[in-house]
Amino acid sequence: MENIIELKNISMSFENEKVLDQINLNIHDKEFITLLGPSGCGKTTTLRIIAGFLSPDEGDIVFAGEKINGVPAYKRQVNTIFQRYALFPHLNVFENVAFGLRIKKLPEKEIKEKVEEMLKLVNLSGMEKRKIHNLSGGQQQRVAIARAIANNPRVLLLDEPLAALDLKLRKDMQNELKKIQQQLGITFVFVTHDQEEALSMSDRVVVMDNGKIQQIGTPKDIYNEPTNAFVADFIGESNILDGIMKKDYLAEFSGQTFPCLDAGFGENEKVDVVVRPEDVDIVPIEKGMLTGTVTSVTFLGVHYEIIVDIGGFKWMIQTTDEHKENERVGLYIEPDAIHIMKKSEYSGKYGDYSSYSDEIDHLSDLEEDEE
Amino acid sequence: MKKSSLGQLFLRAPYVIWSALFIIIPLFIMGYYALTDANGVFSFSNFANLGRYKNAFLISLLYAFISTIITLIIAYPLAYFMTKCKPSTQRFMMILTMLPMWTNFLIRTYSWITILSNTGIINTVLQKFGIGPLHLINRPGTVILGMVYDFLPYMILPIFNVMSKIDNSLIGAAEDLGSNRLNVIKKVIFPLSLPGVISGITMVFVPSVSTFYISQKLGGNKTMLIGDVIEYLFNLGPDYYNVASSISLVLMMIILVSLFIMNRVSDGEDGGVLI
Repeated sequence: MENIIELKNISMSFENEKVLDQINLNIHDKEFITLLGPSGCGKTTTLRIIAGFLSPDEGDIVFAGEKINGVPAYKRQVNTIFQRYALFPHLNVFENVAFGLRIKKLPEKEIKEKVEEMLKLVNLSGMEKRKIHNLSGGQQQRVAIARAIANNPRVLLLDEPLAALDLKLRKDMQNELKKIQQQLGITFVFVTHDQEEALSMSDRVVVMDNGKIQQIGTPKDIYNEPTNAFVADFIGESNILDGIMKKDYLAEFSGQTFPCLDAGFGENEKVDVVVRPEDVDIVPIEKGMLTGTVTSVTFLGVHYEIIVDIGGFKWMIQTTDEHKENERVGLYIEPDAIHIMKKSEYSGKYGDYSSYSDEIDHLSDLEEDEE
Repeated sequence: MKKSSLGQLFLRAPYVIWSALFIIIPLFIMGYYALTDANGVFSFSNFANLGRYKNAFLISLLYAFISTIITLIIAYPLAYFMTKCKPSTQRFMMILTMLPMWTNFLIRTYSWITILSNTGIINTVLQKFGIGPLHLINRPGTVILGMVYDFLPYMILPIFNVMSKIDNSLIGAAEDLGSNRLNVIKKVIFPLSLPGVISGITMVFVPSVSTFYISQKLGGNKTMLIGDVIEYLFNLGPDYYNVASSISLVLMMIILVSLFIMNRVSDGEDGGVLI
């Protein structure tokens, strides 16, 4: 596939703090790619470098085969949708959308047609004369989209555009954005810290942490084949255990050996083992590959979230069967539920649910601006 | 409206008393003098004679207009520059802007005499080089210089205040949509800073048009501004209170009309500007 944007060895520091470290990323034409990571991982900085608001300390930005390092933002064929929309408060809806077209000095008739077309695309027809501060959050979001795409960008950059919307509206806008992207046939580079959003919308996801790209892949790849403990933990829930690869297709962890589908590691190589909570079956003790004690049970509607203590390591298991606290249970794990990863700097930092609280997930939703 | 509680009444009381004592009552006194003759009989005769002061009115308006334009030309780019500085530099420049306001207005005006007079600082220095003495003081330009100097902070502060609150992401958005630096200023920063400009203009124009002391000290009494006329008439004694009051009243009307027109002009923007 053709690359519309290539980032080559991009590094960037703010006040001696490295925020981007050797970023290499090829963005394909017409794809929906998401930069995903926690606050401060460098995803917004990467986006701002593509937009031209920041200039990297090292490395090249290539746009459609041409190096654009020195090209200022206003000359780039990309448009941005800002976190808090950044609509012009002194202009009405029509003039906001027409802003870029007026800069280009297009004829009035053409501007009118284009604005009408854009407003129709985002379902805001008839709102031309409205003032910005009289619009709801969702409507402002739509104006921001219309304003950006009115300029026929080849790439649309979206900086956490849905973060300020409530859950229901966010889901609707996710679908709508995806639809608009397909309809326009342009590249979307989407930044978010919400892994669910990333998985549901993207063709490819770029997981970032600490200024480095941790993994690039389709949502399925990222979820099923995480490259390290960070990715496994950040995307969905994971039990991550210390293990040893006895030989190909045989892993040892929690004091037992398990058949698995992974190969290509050294004999007796130390590894991280990922088992997703929904892939563990709770069975009677005698049938279990592992045995442990239930320490907590949380009902979440669709399923129960059960924490099981096995030799001091707390496993998270999602099941539709009810179990009682302090019950002794057996665990059964299919070979294809086991994913083996090489040891990394993240080993041992994630994947144990002994201090688990799902409040943490919700708190991080209220993330403030980076930088 | 809900009946206000006793507490609210107490909160409001100082302001109500203050404005009654020092604004409303004086206005009525002024109105009374303006609409009566020396014998206390109701008449419009004061206004009939105001034609004599037409020149003073016109010159005052002209000077105020010029001073306002000059302060705006100096203050606007300066305020813009200040918003681009580091916060610590911004604070420092704010202090520099306000520093003159901590010195008494009369003293500041006097110091210009020391600087500009024929034996003043500038001419003393120039003489060392064999130039001059230049005739710097007692000219119309000097009066305007004094006004600009005295009222400049009142233009800088509101403009800077409004400008520094413009969301940076709006500037980013404008650049993103293809605006170069000039277009960003023209299409985003200027329209959004307009409320600051309007209140700056108000805060400079109003005191400029009614100023009196500056013209006497720096203009050498050659140019009588309307403020000077009013002061002069009041100094002549109670017999002239009526005429002086009527001039004041007319001046007030002129200022109100100017403000009204200005707010009309800016009505396209959000929110009227209060002084």
